[in-house]
Amino acid sequence: MPEDLKHIADDYRWGFRDEIEPEIALKGLTPETVKKISEAKGEPAWMTEFRLKALETFFKLPWPKWGPDLSELEKKLDEFYYYVKPPAKGPAESWDEVPEEIKKTYERLGIPEAEQKVLAGVGAQYDSEVVYHKVKEELERQGVIFVSIEEGLKEYEELFKKYFAKLVPPTDNKFAALNSAVWSGGSFVYVPPGVEVEVPLQAYFRVNTAGFGQFERTLIIVDEGAKVHYIEGCTAPLYTTEALHTGVIEIYVHKNAHSRYTTIQNWPTNMYNLVTQRAVVEEGGYHMWLDGNLGSKVTMKYPSTILKGRGARSEVLSIAFAKTGQHLDTGAKLIHQAEDTSGRIVSKSISKGEGRASYRGLVKVSPRADRAKANVECDALLIDPESKTDTYPYMEIENETAQIGHEATVSRLADDQIFYLETRGLSEDEAAALIVRGFLEPVTKELPLEFAVELNRLIELEMEGSVG
Amino acid sequence: MANRLEIQDLWVSHEGKTILKGVNLVLPLGEVHALMGPNGAGKSTLGKVIAGDPNYQVEKGRILLDGEDITELTPDERARKGLFLAFQYPVEVPGVQVANFLRLALKERLGQEPPIAEFYARLKEAIELLDWDESVLSRYLNEGFSGGEKKKNEILQLLVLRPRYAILDETDSGLDIDALKVVARGVNSMRGPEFAALVITHYQRLLNYIVPDVVHVMMDGRVVKTGGPELALELEKRGYDWLKAEVAGA
Ligand SMILES: Nc1ncnc2c1ncn2[C@@H]1O[C@H](COP(=O)(O)OP(=O)(O)O)[C@@H](O)[C@H]1O
Ligand SMILES: [Mg+2]
Repeated sequence: MPEDLKHIADDYRWGFRDEIEPEIALKGLTPETVKKISEAKGEPAWMTEFRLKALETFFKLPWPKWGPDLSELEKKLDEFYYYVKPPAKGPAESWDEVPEEIKKTYERLGIPEAEQKVLAGVGAQYDSEVVYHKVKEELERQGVIFVSIEEGLKEYEELFKKYFAKLVPPTDNKFAALNSAVWSGGSFVYVPPGVEVEVPLQAYFRVNTAGFGQFERTLIIVDEGAKVHYIEGCTAPLYTTEALHTGVIEIYVHKNAHSRYTTIQNWPTNMYNLVTQRAVVEEGGYHMWLDGNLGSKVTMKYPSTILKGRGARSEVLSIAFAKTGQHLDTGAKLIHQAEDTSGRIVSKSISKGEGRASYRGLVKVSPRADRAKANVECDALLIDPESKTDTYPYMEIENETAQIGHEATVSRLADDQIFYLETRGLSEDEAAALIVRGFLEPVTKELPLEFAVELNRLIELEMEGSVG
Repeated sequence: MANRLEIQDLWVSHEGKTILKGVNLVLPLGEVHALMGPNGAGKSTLGKVIAGDPNYQVEKGRILLDGEDITELTPDERARKGLFLAFQYPVEVPGVQVANFLRLALKERLGQEPPIAEFYARLKEAIELLDWDESVLSRYLNEGFSGGEKKKNEILQLLVLRPRYAILDETDSGLDIDALKVVARGVNSMRGPEFAALVITHYQRLLNYIVPDVVHVMMDGRVVKTGGPELALELEKRGYDWLKAEVAGA
């Protein structure tokens, strides 16, 4: 195994690695790499073309001139792996077909137990390739599609083509272009009209090769009157070299449909995490983004909802936790394009040590969006004197009847709260963690129980040795 | 000495200002003592320093809990040894549910996760004793509580955690007579050979319901007089001036 594939995982929970040698590993950002990816996946010609064009777009588009410093990333682009194929045959339908080594990895991640509980289906991504995939039989009977994005393209090409990259075209931003060129892995979900999926669909992702950029692509279509909750947990081992994650998530919420997308990401602190998430909601529909961001070196992520149809609604709830050496630039966008649309943004950030958490958000109300309502609440909690936070709330309101509220607070971890909790027997760290958990409660109470528990555990780890 | 909370010649300052000037006080297990005195005498400071508030500087003296010197211990270490302070101004902790918080605190108090059945039994008993509604358990800790509710919540914690030594700092202030009776009922239910309380109050009123074994009077950072329950009545009638004169004359 090359030196740069060695991990330094001791203090990172998911920081174990497997001794599996990948079948193909493509380094460097070139048309050659892109062609090979497309070839390895056996894609139709139009997709190869799409990828190559997107790569050109990527090179043409400027680097963002705002937000976190990406100059280090710019220098390193050719050092990343853009495609890694693990030694598995392809999507496995049952647990038995999954290779032993990979199974062990999953066992350490607790996936088999999780599956036995509430999962409707498990889409687990191992590096670029989905090796294990299963949808519960009743969902299949209802016509629900929950497969890897590759399988989506192969098996449902027409449906796929109708929606793919229509909401986030490669020209949208530099990282959407990059993802469009080298995308690999992710989920394809379709819920037919009127079908309500009661249990959440979950996908587990794991990046497992050093220097490897993960470029997952997820496409979710919720047809008229349908309902779905999609959950993604992300966690990756530590690497000696920096890593890149650039995802694109597109969600189509049709008339009167109801959808939620929940993700808690806990990246190693040398990861660039640059993700484009966008949903469009038709008349009477609803979409929630629930977004938890821990770890990473840099995160830039602004889940967006376009409220396209009359009465469409959306909520964007997010958490960011920035520690020393980390800059998390996160937020949300609400684009009101129709009458009676309403939206709510709740953003909670925590900065610890010299960490920096920025809120960057946009509320846009177009001239025809009469009676649009939007409420923005962003709260920052600073743990240490040197912790940093900033807020960039953009508003473009072109309709007089719109009702827009904005509230921003910055607070510090208060000594009197810590002392009060300590006098009840909680240690200083426990007290601080409890205060942070309380601060996040308006968002975490929306999480499924196992996720809330896991998040609280992560917060406790993050808060260890924090005060004093 | 075991089975007592003992303050020995305690001198305390805050940002260079000396607040406590040689406090001596003994609270034996099984007794309830009242601590009275005019505003600014240093009563709250004493309570907080016993609980381990890091904002105050102990210049001299010792605090002994069951014979062990706890002067250098952190507040949580003291709490785990069975010390409890009901705050004069309880602190709001948004987003933290009362039940959740109590479970964490009880876990620390017992040194292990309390069996769910025991935890709920304690909660239920305490809530009934306080004439309260179980809905309080899902509210956020002191957030949006009225002054009276905050005080009641301190007693709820006292009843669930069952400390050995409790300091109640003006738990009566701001309470109407019914709430006062409820709070007193809570404290009285704790009385017994394994419990002691130092009840800080301005008013004789509370002491009609929580009858103390001993009354201490504090002035200008010192305990200047100690007596029986009749001392509280005398202070109620005559105020503090005569005592001031007595102390000055002595
Ligand atoms: N945190 C503090 N900051 C500034 N002054 C304080 C502080 N705590 C106590 N003091 C001062 O110490 C003296 C005693 O206060 P306190 O203990 O609250 O008295 P009591 O509870 O008897 O009314 C007062 O003069 C008060 O102003
Ligand atoms: Mg006081």
